[in-house]
Amino acid sequence: MSTTLSDAASLESDTSSKARSRRRKLVGINARQNGAAFLFLSPWLIGLLCLTLGPILASFYLSLTRYDMFTPPQWIGVSNYVKMFAEDARYYQALRVTFTYVFLSVPLKLAFALGVAMLLNRGLKGLGFYRSIYYLPSLLGGSVAVAIMWRQVFAYDGIINQILLKFGIDGPSWITSTDYALYTLVALAVWQFGSPMVIFLAGLKQIPQEIYDAAEVDGAGPVRKFISVTLPLLTPIIFFNFVMQIIGAFQAFTPAYIISNGKGGPADATLFYTLYLYEQAFTNFQMGYASAMAWVLVAIIGLATVLSFQSARYWVHYGDER
Amino acid sequence: MTTASMPTQGTRNWRIRWRSIVVHGCLILGAFVMIYPLLWLASSSLKPANLIFSDLSLWPAKFRLQNYVDGWRGAAMPFSAFFLNSFIIAGLAVVGNVLACSMVAYAFARLNFVFKKTLFGVMMLTIMLPLHATLIPQYALFYNLGWVNTFLPLIVPKFLAVDAFFIFLMIQFIRGIPRELDEAATIDGAGPFRIYWSVILPLLTPALVTTAVFSFIWTYEDFLSPLVYLTSMDLYTVPQGLSLLMSSKGASSWGPLLAMSLLSLVPLFVVFFIFQRRLIEGIAASGLKG
Repeated sequence: MSTTLSDAASLESDTSSKARSRRRKLVGINARQNGAAFLFLSPWLIGLLCLTLGPILASFYLSLTRYDMFTPPQWIGVSNYVKMFAEDARYYQALRVTFTYVFLSVPLKLAFALGVAMLLNRGLKGLGFYRSIYYLPSLLGGSVAVAIMWRQVFAYDGIINQILLKFGIDGPSWITSTDYALYTLVALAVWQFGSPMVIFLAGLKQIPQEIYDAAEVDGAGPVRKFISVTLPLLTPIIFFNFVMQIIGAFQAFTPAYIISNGKGGPADATLFYTLYLYEQAFTNFQMGYASAMAWVLVAIIGLATVLSFQSARYWVHYGDER
Repeated sequence: MTTASMPTQGTRNWRIRWRSIVVHGCLILGAFVMIYPLLWLASSSLKPANLIFSDLSLWPAKFRLQNYVDGWRGAAMPFSAFFLNSFIIAGLAVVGNVLACSMVAYAFARLNFVFKKTLFGVMMLTIMLPLHATLIPQYALFYNLGWVNTFLPLIVPKFLAVDAFFIFLMIQFIRGIPRELDEAATIDGAGPFRIYWSVILPLLTPALVTTAVFSFIWTYEDFLSPLVYLTSMDLYTVPQGLSLLMSSKGASSWGPLLAMSLLSLVPLFVVFFIFQRRLIEGIAASGLKG
């Protein structure tokens, strides 16, 4: 829009007949193009209004009401938010579980992704093969089938404990233990490091070899090259992966649902935020309360994103600054 | 090179080769650890229940398909119904995303219109918007339309280009198509619709394939939306079928459950092996251009 305005303004000051005819042509094209463009945009615009913007506003309104789907919403002001923060211990548990999950799984996942990408980025033979194998889990990882498999892998008589037993260790029942259940879900997330790894690999390929050669001439060893060349040049991609993984991790749902039979157990140890929200909305039909929870989740994710972007100026190096 | 450095040259070569063997060794070991759970799943699905947890070997002593027979009919509905439902939903989601997102991407990449920058910004924001922000009012909307317990809430949003990530992917791709082609078509008298259909769409094929493949995988794997919208068993998708089998059978019969789990992954394996290059390029491109 701003370009259209500035175009018009610059044309206004220019009084030559050539400019005037150009302007007429522009306006004509714009009217025709506008019509065509909005026809192309129409499905998305309908979706945006009815399925995104409308529901966001409605969700805010519902968060200030008591609503069970079957009777009209009742206005109760900020009671839902007050209840959430002042009275609901399970809500705090959900926050604790989710934050633990996000802050453990995202850095670990990115560390594995970067480490393996570095190993792979040496012009190895069989790169495509390794990349496919390491990528596969992140493609399957969101499925119910993989969550069921994971439940078995970490069961009391599952393979992890079978292997530990070979070393004389009697492992716990990971899935049903309040101490470990959440960490099995973190492990499941880390297992899916493949998709950030693929992005890192693509980024590493774009770092010109000359920079490494120059660093080597200056006497830099492998560690020095990693810290002074690879890491800084990769920061935009680390940043992108970080933001996307944070946003995704806050919304994790399926594995926690399957591993805890939809209850967030044992003793709420895997009560993810989204799981609690689902329970409030679709089991208890506390739609107003769940809407308030959804709004706080949006605020948390929004804040995390904004903070990431704010911090970016201190550690992300973009090529054009050099 | 002086004569004195000749022997060290030899050791260096040897060291490089040795190092490459170590790297390959680590990578192969890592790859094995990564896919071990999947191999275990495959082998367990063929073992009788009493051997699943006691027999660690990946190669079953005897191949038994009984778990598959039991699992297929293990829940209240046969899995054929769940697979059919999943394929109908995922198939229509693919069509919706490919059509709607390519239209919108074409408008953003090639046409001029008012509020273009604002709308583009809004579109980019919706990529980051968590699903839960709209879940409850959407449910209320579909409930009041009488769409709950039909496939419509899972399909119609795709025809309205709600998955903005794919719009962005296609915009990036269309920007790489030379504008001269559009201009040549315009001179030949083609309007925007003809250019979209005859010039852009054919050249957009790689991005359309990426979109189709990811749409299929994500819709096929999706658990939350079917869980919310599909309540009668004959409409259940495969993930719901698995969940049903898991809760109805309890811990007693893991064999059939693992067999059905593996079977549910087969369509994903097939798609992965056919389109792996496109998938990996799609993932890489989203990161590099984003």
